Amino acid sequence: MDVRAQVSMVFHLDKCIGCHTCSVACKNVWTDRRGAEYMWWNNVETKPGTGYPTGWEDQSKYKGGFEKKEDGLELRAVGKVRGALTVFHNPNFPVIDDYYEPFTFDYQNLFDAKEGADQPIARPVSMITGKPMEIESGPNWDDDLAGSKHYAAHDPNLANVSAEEREALFDIERLVFFYLPRICNHCLNPSCVAACPSGALYKRGEDGIVLLNQERCRAWRFCVTACPYKKTYFNWSTGKSEKCILCYPRLESGQAPACFHSCVGRIRYLGMVLYDADRIEQVAQTEDHDLVDAQRSLILDPNDPKVIADAKRNGISDDVIASAQRSPVYRYVIEWGLALPLHAEHRTLPMLFYVPPLLPVMAQKSENGHYDTTHDDFLGSIDQYRLPLQYMASMFGAGNEAPVRYALRKQLAVRYYRRAVTTGDIPQEQADRLLKEAGCTPEEADRIYHLTALAPFDDRFVIPPMHREEAIEMLDEPLEAKGFAGMGIRKRPERGA
Amino acid sequence: MLNTLLFAVLPYVAVVLFLLVSIHRYRKEPFTFSSLSSQFLESRQLFWGSVPFHIGLVLLFFGHLIGFLFPSQVTMWNGVPVRLFILEASGLIAGLLTLVGLVGLIVRRLGSARLRINTSSTDIGVYLVLMVQIVTGLWIALGYRWGSAWYTHTAVPYLWSVARFAPEIERVVELPLVARIHIVGAWTFVGLFSFTRLVHLLVAPVPYLWRPVQLVIWNRERRHRRPGN
Repeated sequence: MDVRAQVSMVFHLDKCIGCHTCSVACKNVWTDRRGAEYMWWNNVETKPGTGYPTGWEDQSKYKGGFEKKEDGLELRAVGKVRGALTVFHNPNFPVIDDYYEPFTFDYQNLFDAKEGADQPIARPVSMITGKPMEIESGPNWDDDLAGSKHYAAHDPNLANVSAEEREALFDIERLVFFYLPRICNHCLNPSCVAACPSGALYKRGEDGIVLLNQERCRAWRFCVTACPYKKTYFNWSTGKSEKCILCYPRLESGQAPACFHSCVGRIRYLGMVLYDADRIEQVAQTEDHDLVDAQRSLILDPNDPKVIADAKRNGISDDVIASAQRSPVYRYVIEWGLALPLHAEHRTLPMLFYVPPLLPVMAQKSENGHYDTTHDDFLGSIDQYRLPLQYMASMFGAGNEAPVRYALRKQLAVRYYRRAVTTGDIPQEQADRLLKEAGCTPEEADRIYHLTALAPFDDRFVIPPMHREEAIEMLDEPLEAKGFAGMGIRKRPERGA
Repeated sequence: MLNTLLFAVLPYVAVVLFLLVSIHRYRKEPFTFSSLSSQFLESRQLFWGSVPFHIGLVLLFFGHLIGFLFPSQVTMWNGVPVRLFILEASGLIAGLLTLVGLVGLIVRRLGSARLRINTSSTDIGVYLVLMVQIVTGLWIALGYRWGSAWYTHTAVPYLWSVARFAPEIERVVELPLVARIHIVGAWTFVGLFSFTRLVHLLVAPVPYLWRPVQLVIWNRERRHRRPGN
């Protein structure tokens, strides 16, 4: 057993209000630069929707992730042989128009315009060419189902949804959607790393953060194609790829990443998990149906004495193990089984997990055309929910409904239970029965409630000690490295000749 | 005098520049090593430029290299007219591919406002030198037959003499003007090489073919590798 530590994440989608504060926090800290204007290392999408870049989930176009072949895993479009064949022109490489042309507005015109009959306006200006442009797209162009006929109707996850369900979905399309915030998943089997011919992309051993060495990147661009989540971006000005760094300089100084810290809905959780690196290859080749469970089986119990002993033997320090024992991610993903990986079928073993949203039907159109908001049952049953279970399963279950159903049922049971406890308008027997059916005890329900609804800052973010001092110790003269934050480049990233 | 400068001095200046600047740049300015791909801003036209350009250029490079390394074998090969014709035709096709690709790339770059904004002066320099080389090369191939035959006993011995630090410029100074331009252009190209985006050739990712798929880097040594732990 090769025990390693990974900074892992949970996003609780039932709590996301789609305010984009996370995106803006990230943008202000990291991507407010030339060539990076279009990049949103963190973005928030409306589902159903085509997202950013448009249709990123459509792997028949972008060819991201791994495919299971008879003799093991293979990158869908790139990799050693196919990469060599497409090095001069990569047919599966998204271009800027798949994202959007970044724009600003000519505000100066508001001050400088000559006096005339009309009010002066601030025309949109391209941030690439500096010329006036027509805005045709944006990073959240289909926000809140805007233009859903063009966007939401083409959501690839609807492929397995029956025609009837699809019709029902869009019959009430103005009512049903949820938000999907996305950052780099810092995968255990990252396809971007596997595709990078320069060896610029790597996984940090101590914490599993996937980073891209700007000084080794040569713009072969395979990482962008290989990532099924389209979370590596190409900087068109510097000619280097870039990606989410999980704010590692912040983590190393004990702060939560900017998008986590700024989250208004408090949907984000961060903590260390221990996993068995020996089994990655085997688990990544599990059949789709069992993939989610197999991936979760990689994560080890941080309280198991054998795991602790193996972790110590691998150089994981006591305080990191203690941090893993307090990890909110371990609770959601393993103990409670509430959080699921996004699109596990690409076999990159993403380490960002999502608690699927409940989206209960609170009102239905009755025969006389009115909305009937009274319900026999408090929240109804999962199968009546507005987004078909199969839709959720294609996002969070690699096509398998079972883990999604389990997570939704348990959430629902906890809600009934807490309703019974706090307001008493639901019979205690019913709440207990639902809990039992969902495989949950009242004590566990209380813990879920506490971490979901109350969630103090230090419970949501259990940031492990990153032990940068040990990296410095490896140098001969520690004082020479004084002031180095580990940021890599210490000069302006200017475009090469 | 001018001939000495162009055929005996320029080569050494070019090679020294190539070596020193490449090494210095690799060590001190690794961030600037990039192919600076512009596919992100324009992909459709790039296919018709980049693919023929690169394939043609690689073929031409190896064609010249083989002639330089194995001149007598090339002469022997050319002994049979059919084989000479095959060699010349292949070279011509490679040259035309490169020309088509380069013209495609230049047209593409001029036609797109996004690309124009992202074009540096060294890019223009690269285009100019390469264009001169390809045009003169094709001119030689078509106008002074058969290039592959006389290349091996004019330019090749000259190149070897340069390599032996005893340049015999008399082997090339009498060549047609186009051929002399081609040679001077080649040295200029070598000299400019390491100042441009062409350095991506030096870091072509060949080791990727046998590298393990995943890459993990540890900030510190893992303790179990240390003695006593």
